Amino acid sequence: MGTMIQRHKLTEDDFRGDRFKDWKVELKGNNDMLSLTQPKIIQDIHELYLEVGADILETNTFSGTSIAQADYAMEDFVYELNYESAKLARAAADTFTKKNPEKPRFVAGSIGPTNKTASISPDVSRPEYRAITFDQLAEAFKEQARGLLDGGVDAILIETIIDTLNAKAALFGIMELFEETGKEVPLMISGTITDNSGRTLSGQTVEAFLISLSHAPLMSIGFNCAFGAKQLKPYVDLLSRSTNLFVSAYPNAGLPNEFGDYDQGPDTMRKEVKTYLDDGLVNILGGCCGTTPEHIKEMADMAANYKPRSVHKVEAA
Amino acid sequence: MKPNPLRLSGLEPLVITPESNFVNVGERTNVTGSRRFLNLIKNKEYETALEVALDQVRGGAQILDVNLDEGMLDSAAEMTNFLNLIASEPEIARIPIMIDSSKWEVIVAGLKCLQGKGVVNSISLKDGEKEFLKRAKIIRRFGAAVIAMAFDEDGQADSYERRIEIAERSYHLLVEEAGFDQSDIIIDPNIFPVATGMEEHRRNALDYFLAAKWIRENLPGAHVIGGVSNVSFSFRGNNPVREAMHSAFLYHAIKHGMDMGIVNPTQLEVYDNIPEELLTHVEDVLLDRRDDATERLLEIAEKYRGTGQVKEKENEAWREEDVEKRLSHALIKGITDYVEDDAEEARQKYGSPLQVIEGPLMDGMNTVGDLFGEGKMFLPQVVKSARVMKQAVAYLTPFLEEEKLGNEESGNQPKVLLATVKGDVHDIGKNIVSVVLSCNSYEIIDLGVMVPTEKILDEAEKHQVDMIGLSGLITPSLDEMVGVAEAMNKRGMNIPLLIGGATTSRIHTAVKIDPVYDGPVVHVLDASRAVSVGNDVLSEDRRDKKKEAIKQEYAKLREEHEGRTKRKKLLSFEEAKSNKVQLDWENTDIKTPNKTGVHTLEEIDIEEIRKFIDWSPFFRTWMLTGKYPAILDDETVGEQARELFDDANALIDSISEKKGLTLKAVYGLFPAVSKGESVSIFDPENDQKVLETFQFLRQQTQKRRGQNNSSLADYIAPEGSGKLDYFGAFAVTAGHGIEQILDTYRKENDDYNSILIKAVADRLAEALAEFLHYKVRTEFWGYDPAEKFDNERFIREDYTGIRPAPGYPACPDHTEKRKLFDLLNVEENIGISLTESFAMYPASSVSGFYFAHPEADYFSVGKIGKDQVEDYAKRKNWPTQEIEKWLKPNLGYDSNI
Repeated sequence: MGTMIQRHKLTEDDFRGDRFKDWKVELKGNNDMLSLTQPKIIQDIHELYLEVGADILETNTFSGTSIAQADYAMEDFVYELNYESAKLARAAADTFTKKNPEKPRFVAGSIGPTNKTASISPDVSRPEYRAITFDQLAEAFKEQARGLLDGGVDAILIETIIDTLNAKAALFGIMELFEETGKEVPLMISGTITDNSGRTLSGQTVEAFLISLSHAPLMSIGFNCAFGAKQLKPYVDLLSRSTNLFVSAYPNAGLPNEFGDYDQGPDTMRKEVKTYLDDGLVNILGGCCGTTPEHIKEMADMAANYKPRSVHKVEAA
Repeated sequence: MKPNPLRLSGLEPLVITPESNFVNVGERTNVTGSRRFLNLIKNKEYETALEVALDQVRGGAQILDVNLDEGMLDSAAEMTNFLNLIASEPEIARIPIMIDSSKWEVIVAGLKCLQGKGVVNSISLKDGEKEFLKRAKIIRRFGAAVIAMAFDEDGQADSYERRIEIAERSYHLLVEEAGFDQSDIIIDPNIFPVATGMEEHRRNALDYFLAAKWIRENLPGAHVIGGVSNVSFSFRGNNPVREAMHSAFLYHAIKHGMDMGIVNPTQLEVYDNIPEELLTHVEDVLLDRRDDATERLLEIAEKYRGTGQVKEKENEAWREEDVEKRLSHALIKGITDYVEDDAEEARQKYGSPLQVIEGPLMDGMNTVGDLFGEGKMFLPQVVKSARVMKQAVAYLTPFLEEEKLGNEESGNQPKVLLATVKGDVHDIGKNIVSVVLSCNSYEIIDLGVMVPTEKILDEAEKHQVDMIGLSGLITPSLDEMVGVAEAMNKRGMNIPLLIGGATTSRIHTAVKIDPVYDGPVVHVLDASRAVSVGNDVLSEDRRDKKKEAIKQEYAKLREEHEGRTKRKKLLSFEEAKSNKVQLDWENTDIKTPNKTGVHTLEEIDIEEIRKFIDWSPFFRTWMLTGKYPAILDDETVGEQARELFDDANALIDSISEKKGLTLKAVYGLFPAVSKGESVSIFDPENDQKVLETFQFLRQQTQKRRGQNNSSLADYIAPEGSGKLDYFGAFAVTAGHGIEQILDTYRKENDDYNSILIKAVADRLAEALAEFLHYKVRTEFWGYDPAEKFDNERFIREDYTGIRPAPGYPACPDHTEKRKLFDLLNVEENIGISLTESFAMYPASSVSGFYFAHPEADYFSVGKIGKDQVEDYAKRKNWPTQEIEKWLKPNLGYDSNI
């Protein structure tokens, strides 16, 4: 989504639209807000991905918590933003499902990590200090999930998890919400391995990460971001051998170049991802930073020739 | 059906399968079980508290139990704080956490800090099914495993039937109503004491075993846990029997299906090593095999009690053994009575004194070292063992020389040079290290106290030592140590340098000493670590790795420290001054002292002073942790503590009777006014004549609202307030006469009594300071004449007024001690002198100032800025650089010196 929004080279005025033209702070960079100010752009992006064969769309809500929106003083619009983003994706998916009922399309409500961590102190001289508490996180994620759920998502995807405690807070808030509303959707989890130590930013190994989140009724677990497909593979492999949940992977288009851009082409990425399919590692496949509809098309066409990973009973380690 | 494994996590996974070995839960980070940990938390010494946790992890704990339930603590806040701290220490955070509390809000606070999957210890049906389920569901939502205690609305389960009934009910509620995975359920079927003499306790252990078996067979997936030390409760004070009971209990409990336990590994005897007779009697009790099992165990229990020397004399059976066994027995038990006879017999048997030393004597000492390393012997015992060794060696030495073995360098023992650095006279800690190392086959070259750098290096080269250990207690010694390290580097030395002593720290070693020496530098936290550190840095296989690891660790510490100091913002000195302590002088009644001027107390009766002794630090010196008097009944160290306490009191009796130590004190009370951070004092005869001006420092760190930037001068009425205030100073010593006594002990090769008398003299000096302060408050100054003697309160400093000492946190400048000494003419009046680092000699001395204001309180000056240092230098009329040198630990900036 982010990659595609960048292509539009939007200005501050575009971000503001009519509705927020007098907003007190700069809004450029608040991609989530485009669901309210430039819904057409977001809808077009969704459709581009559907056209090339995507089965699951993510809502444009990666930073849709009051915690992340505080940077733009837009905490009050969090529910609306999630609700409308879900509606946009829902409408796009439904149109395509109608066209070809043989290939139903789904919407996953995206929940990003926020810009604060519950188990890491931002101040080295005060290791006991936390910039955010579990309760604040659980409350904010619950509010976001409520908007997504009311807007009609088929699943909720907690993604790019850098601190497992943040994700636990999200699950806590969402499970509370499910209980209150009596409405439940499948939950998907996607963590991020930050470097070659094979650990999350908050220090957990792949297995510890898996164990720490297994209490929730999850549909899938996997990894996204940080690495290209090639570098991510050992961790997806380990995860795949350790769980009987569905496994997902949506790596970046290679590693960033010296300007921070991703320049791995669709063809190269397809070749790297092919090994995932050959080895039967994943059930859900996709792309993160730097991936475009062209990348997704390559992957979708290729994956059509493979059977998904068989979810077997994992024996006790 | 094969049960699921229990999967837990910290930063790394812990998977417990039916095939897993018994899972060991670390239990020392528990304020209800460890007095030491409680004190650390109470005093907010979190860094050390974290070390307790780290020791558990390094000692093999697979799960860390954390309990902060104590009436005086805000347990929920402490839980959050401590778990957050743990989260920042990857080596600890590696393993899963067990949140241990009887308060629900504390459990919830803990759960909010765990990124991994931990364990809640515990919930129960005590408050009914509804509450149980409510809590269980919340725990599940947090993703933790749970311990269900066998406790219900009718109380704690105390029979087999009740245990399995409650276990079954809890299990089904957790699985069917709360949605728990079967394997996330851990049942605690209650371990209760046996052999209590009560008929209804007879089956306590057996019922636990049977309940464990039933649970594992009938509740698929569930695990069984328990706190083992409870079972031996009726044998408190008899550790050998307790340890035997613990291991026998575990042996059977594990066979019956217990798979997790809260156990102190140092309180376990190896099952196979339990003497057969004891084991049989213990198992008779545990398995309730005979009606008279308890009586029979009680009968033999005394025999196995870890016996001290006195009791040992009653049982001389060991004298019948052969000479090697007798020597080994004497070493382990610390018995000196027969050491010369046995050494002689061995010499004749072996034909060579050297073979006796290297054979049976060294074997015995190695056993002692091992037992100490495993926590099975305590420091006072080890020191007594060393005394036996020394006396044996002293007896054999003349024969050695006779043999003209020439080669005095006795083979391959590693050699360590130990010294207290120049300007410092404190050596108890160093002497303890010396004993501990010598018990572990190190040859010690001890240069004593106040040793100049050049001498340390010359002797090190002359003896070709393998490592150097430096000790010091006062802050200027820190600088001396840096100097020694620099000089070592200049000489191109590369041997390991060990740093120890009360003011030394890992961070100081990392930041100041490590960078100036290319060889390995290690801070040694206490004497018990000296051996393992020494072995690591000297081992041929490990030393390079160890050096590399330590250098890296210290480099990292330096980096963190730099980050930290950069962030710490100080107020400007002006800002700090404007936030001084404001006292209402107008409404303060200032008491004119009954006696002003300088007065000396002689002929002080030790019997009067000993009532004022605070014994807790005495036990700390001997590495026995706990508070007096409770320590005397402590489960683990109580017996040792009692023995040591008796020895110390016998020694005081003898000093008192023979007047072996002379106690002396001097004090002075003077008119005074303050100005800024200075206090000027006047001649009592002529209050226009300034006798001396003392200079103090002011806190400069950012304070919370309502807190002041304090300076001791704030407690004296300021110039211009219209009031004339008073101020006092004192010095006391209990060290006169100690050298003669030490000489005798030295001749007898008696390290135990050497250390003991130094520790006792230190206590007497502190007690004398307490006594004098009491007399000043009630009589000499007399501002609180109604105060009653109450040593408990004195120890808590629960009285009006303070007596801060120069060189300590409230007035960290040691050099002001010179003025104090001149004012009271201390050297002439009571014979204490100052070294070049302003340490007092004799070492068992105390000096300080008196402030009488009711608001006066202790504080720590902490870091100060260059602006204040320059002002202070001007006030003292010293060069700024000189001031910076003495105040180095307090400088909040880079001073380039």
